[in-house]
Amino acid sequence: MKRVLVLTLLLAGCGSPAATSTGGDITVFAAASLTESFTKLGTAFEAAHPGSKVRFSFAGSSALAQQINQGAPADVFAAAAPANMKQVTDTGAVTATPATFARNTLQIAVPRGNPGRVTGLADFAKADLKIALCAEQVPCGAAAKKVFEAAGVKAAPDTLEQDVKAVLTKVSLGEVDAALVYRTDVKAAGGKVEGEDFAEAANAVNDYPVAPLAKAPNAPTAKAFVDFVLSGRGREVLIEAGFSAP
Amino acid sequence: MRSRLPVVLVLPAVIGLVFLLVPLAGLLINAPWATLPAQLFSQEVGQALRLSLICASLATVVCLVLGVPLAWLLARSDLPGRGVLRALVTVPLVLPPVVGGVALLLVLGRRGVVGQYLDQWFGISLPFTTAGVVLAEAFVAMPFLVISVEGALRAADPRYEEAAATLGASRWLTFRRVTLPGVMPGVIAGTVLCWARALGEFGATITFAGNFPGRTTTMPLAVYLALETDPDAAIVLSIVLLLVSVAVLAGLRDKWISGPS
Repeated sequence: MKRVLVLTLLLAGCGSPAATSTGGDITVFAAASLTESFTKLGTAFEAAHPGSKVRFSFAGSSALAQQINQGAPADVFAAAAPANMKQVTDTGAVTATPATFARNTLQIAVPRGNPGRVTGLADFAKADLKIALCAEQVPCGAAAKKVFEAAGVKAAPDTLEQDVKAVLTKVSLGEVDAALVYRTDVKAAGGKVEGEDFAEAANAVNDYPVAPLAKAPNAPTAKAFVDFVLSGRGREVLIEAGFSAP
Repeated sequence: MRSRLPVVLVLPAVIGLVFLLVPLAGLLINAPWATLPAQLFSQEVGQALRLSLICASLATVVCLVLGVPLAWLLARSDLPGRGVLRALVTVPLVLPPVVGGVALLLVLGRRGVVGQYLDQWFGISLPFTTAGVVLAEAFVAMPFLVISVEGALRAADPRYEEAAATLGASRWLTFRRVTLPGVMPGVIAGTVLCWARALGEFGATITFAGNFPGRTTTMPLAVYLALETDPDAAIVLSIVLLLVSVAVLAGLRDKWISGPS
């Protein structure tokens, strides 16, 4: 029985990447900011690889990294920052070299109609405006810190949220006048949130790495999915969601 | 004389106990004992712990003031649709706390159904304030109090109240001197549950009140954020929260619930 399994694995590993070697279920752990684009990619992947099924677990990158290090049975990890990928390469949970598949930059997000008349980063220092930022411990907060340092603005936030989606909720409900979120989040929020570009965003460009896990239960399909994310078709979906190409 | 304990009960009881205590043991085993004292007395921990204790206690007071009368209404009055009301009261128990937080924002937020008038007329804005933390905690914790007090009221013998009434006591006097003392164990159990739930509240708090150190960062929020970058610190914070709550609960128990009943 064991020999048969080893043989199958060998065949799957060494064989040419024929469509027949992929199939079955894979579980992809992906950063929360990839929710919309990866759901789309998953559907496209399933159509291109009949018999395969992609399941997603979307959450904060560091929470996912911890789950992986604790032995969560995932096949692929797509993180919102190289630091989170490092958490799993450090422990050997990922042995392949991670590939950068997308870039994300910050945008100023304001509720529809811009009630606080926010026009630039300098407005984030105004005490009378309600401001939401990500906490420094999460990637979007670290990025925000960088751009404020680059702009020389001392931000006066009213809340430091636990993830970028929580920040976005506060903006779309109109509870805050301005926030810093990723460009992709503004796009995903539809018409409820308006985005404004700012020059200092170039100081905190976020790279998104992806890699198959060393102990992926379904290694061939995991690899095929990573390749698909890096392919032209994958890039198209990601750019449509507001990411830029690496 | 010793009676043999039935295995059918003891075995699942022991498994249940182990199931509840093993995660706690996991925290204690993984605790970075070397850096624990330093973490313990850091300013952030003190600040978050104080805020947690204050907010949970205030939320419990809110729950007592509003919840005990509500429990009485559900148990004693003959309101039509009492069953539906009782089910509705438990909604915050079923609702994911984050959704509860969003619901609070939709009502009491700056653009909320009620909140916009609070803002326009009185200049009161509840989100991102300590008062917001208290409200969020009270919202999530109140059902625990209501349910346990209501259960106690329904189990209490109404004949004492009737006797008091025939002796000429008003309903308020009867409630204070007869009903309430009779259901005191239920009220205390409910208060303890309510306080513990409020102390551990995360989802509704971070959604409605946000997270800002010293103002709205309670211990559970600090734990969650620490987990992002420094899991050791998160474990220390969790242990502090656990120790403090166990100490308070054990202390209360000795004071109020022990003795012959």
